[in-house]
Amino acid sequence: MIDAPEKTTTDVKIVEPTIFDLSSPGRTGVTMPASDVPETALPPEALLRSELPLPELAEVDVVRHYMHLSSFNYSVDSGYYPLGSCTMKYNPKINEDTCRLPGFLFTHPLQPVETVQGNLALMYQLQEWLKEISGFAGITLQPAAGAHGEFTGVLIMRAYHKSRGDDKRTKMLIPDAAHGTNPASVGMMGMSVVTIPSDERGNVDLKALEAACDDTVVGMMLTNPNTLGLFDEHIEKVIELVHGCGGLMYGDGANLNALLGIVRPGDVGFDVMHFNLHKTFAVPHGGGGPGSGPVGVAAHLVDFLPEPLVGIIEEGEDELPPLYGFVKPEKSIGRMKAFHGHFGGGHVRAFTYIAMHGPDGLKDISQYAVLNANYLQVRLRDTYKVPYDRICMHEFVAEGRFEGSDVRALDISKRLMDYNFHPPTNYFPLIVHEALMIEPTETENKDTLDAFVDVMIKIAEEAKTQPDLLHNAPSTTKFGRMDEVKAARELVLCCWLPEGYDLEA
Amino acid sequence: MNAPANLKYTKSDEWFDPETGKAGLSDYAQGQLSDIVFVEILVDEGDEIEAGKAIASVESVKASAEIYSPAGGKVVAVNKDLADKPESINTDPYGEAWMIQLEGGSAGDVMDAAAYEKYCEERDH
Repeated sequence: MIDAPEKTTTDVKIVEPTIFDLSSPGRTGVTMPASDVPETALPPEALLRSELPLPELAEVDVVRHYMHLSSFNYSVDSGYYPLGSCTMKYNPKINEDTCRLPGFLFTHPLQPVETVQGNLALMYQLQEWLKEISGFAGITLQPAAGAHGEFTGVLIMRAYHKSRGDDKRTKMLIPDAAHGTNPASVGMMGMSVVTIPSDERGNVDLKALEAACDDTVVGMMLTNPNTLGLFDEHIEKVIELVHGCGGLMYGDGANLNALLGIVRPGDVGFDVMHFNLHKTFAVPHGGGGPGSGPVGVAAHLVDFLPEPLVGIIEEGEDELPPLYGFVKPEKSIGRMKAFHGHFGGGHVRAFTYIAMHGPDGLKDISQYAVLNANYLQVRLRDTYKVPYDRICMHEFVAEGRFEGSDVRALDISKRLMDYNFHPPTNYFPLIVHEALMIEPTETENKDTLDAFVDVMIKIAEEAKTQPDLLHNAPSTTKFGRMDEVKAARELVLCCWLPEGYDLEA
Repeated sequence: MNAPANLKYTKSDEWFDPETGKAGLSDYAQGQLSDIVFVEILVDEGDEIEAGKAIASVESVKASAEIYSPAGGKVVAVNKDLADKPESINTDPYGEAWMIQLEGGSAGDVMDAAAYEKYCEERDH
């Protein structure tokens, strides 16, 4: 007898079984042809595995399983995704065409350079464009993502100081609004972190910075605009202080989306910066990755860049294009990646995005990103407290709490899911109570922004009149409120192992 | 929030008991962090440490935090049970969830309970 599917209510959910649950012994998706080559003996038994508990299914079962699972997903293609500091902008589909062009797709990083001139020309041009956009003198495309770019940048800073015989610099200055990856990158290097507080306007506290600057400072890692979405009002003074004690200025490029065509970090005095191609330049992000985190450096650091860089090894003549190849910077810190970075997924998509927009289009991106964020901030600031309330850049941070209510930022975020919006970033930066960090990006139209604001205002009203709606949210999704504490404390991914799988073996 | 009068407190939210030499994370801090899911003590018995040294790393569902020693001295005991019971920092921050015990210790830059309560209230706005 077949049971009719239960109607989905808040406590009864239809959940997709695992691929192992769907398996049936002997079921198969392909029929192997009879062998037409001589048989040979198997390797000794000790080398063979007797049990390999792979699921057994037909092709159609596999396709349906993963189609069902993919329908559980929420992505920027399915709805609004204001996840602050992540720049979850829409990824134009033309990028998917270009990165699959056969000339890019069917190449190998070990091919002779003469046979991959197109790939190298693209990488060279991308290096040139990133220089132009950022004001830096040299670019490496190798780093795999943002934090890898940070690590690369800090290695370059260390190599610079060492090359000058300046061995006592071990401290990195990092503001309290920084991304957690900044202290992590520094920690991996064995350096220590000195935290610099923010002042009441959300800028770097100049007094604290001045007190921390001495001849043991490697440099400072600053995100500008910072994670409050604010452009540091004293950026020139901050850089002057760091340079004044012999330190180098590192820019975390996570928030570059606010600056394209408006401010060039290299011109302001930054010495090193990583780009997040998967944020600013529309390379897919998160589970859609891989990311890509090129690093730009000022002229005095070019010799330390990772090798190899793409360079012109023979100038072109008349109609002849130049010959591209690989070059090694004089004092290179070495390779950061086995090959040349995330070429198809990262470089080709970012190249396409920059080419499609052009200089004016890139500037439009930043202006609309900033306009959209300010529009949201202005419409929401009477309902949600904005602790650092001034004109923001591409994102802003509000407090997800109300006087006399036990509703928290997490409850508001979960309730947003009931209205089919992805929640903003929660609880970051740490210097804001119950932080809700909202970044609309440039791609959202006014209707979407208004719909989001209307829902946020409605949720604030619900927090007063029906707080349990928020505490118990979401109720319209496939799964209800997850038990985050249990998930973090009981690290058991699965309650059972597939049949025939012996854990001891 | 709860701040026992017999303890001293740091601006970075650690407590220190001058009587016993024990130190841990304050009630205010555990409330801010919410449910704590992981804790690792970073010093060993016998270590000589200075006030301000990182003694533990704590993770909650919201954030992770370094815990700094509120005093200097010799570490005579570390709470080995804490790693298996990180939630005790939420339920009993001044008792079961002590982190280290110092001997011959001198408190670093600390304040009394009344000053600490005022300091926490200011930060709540």
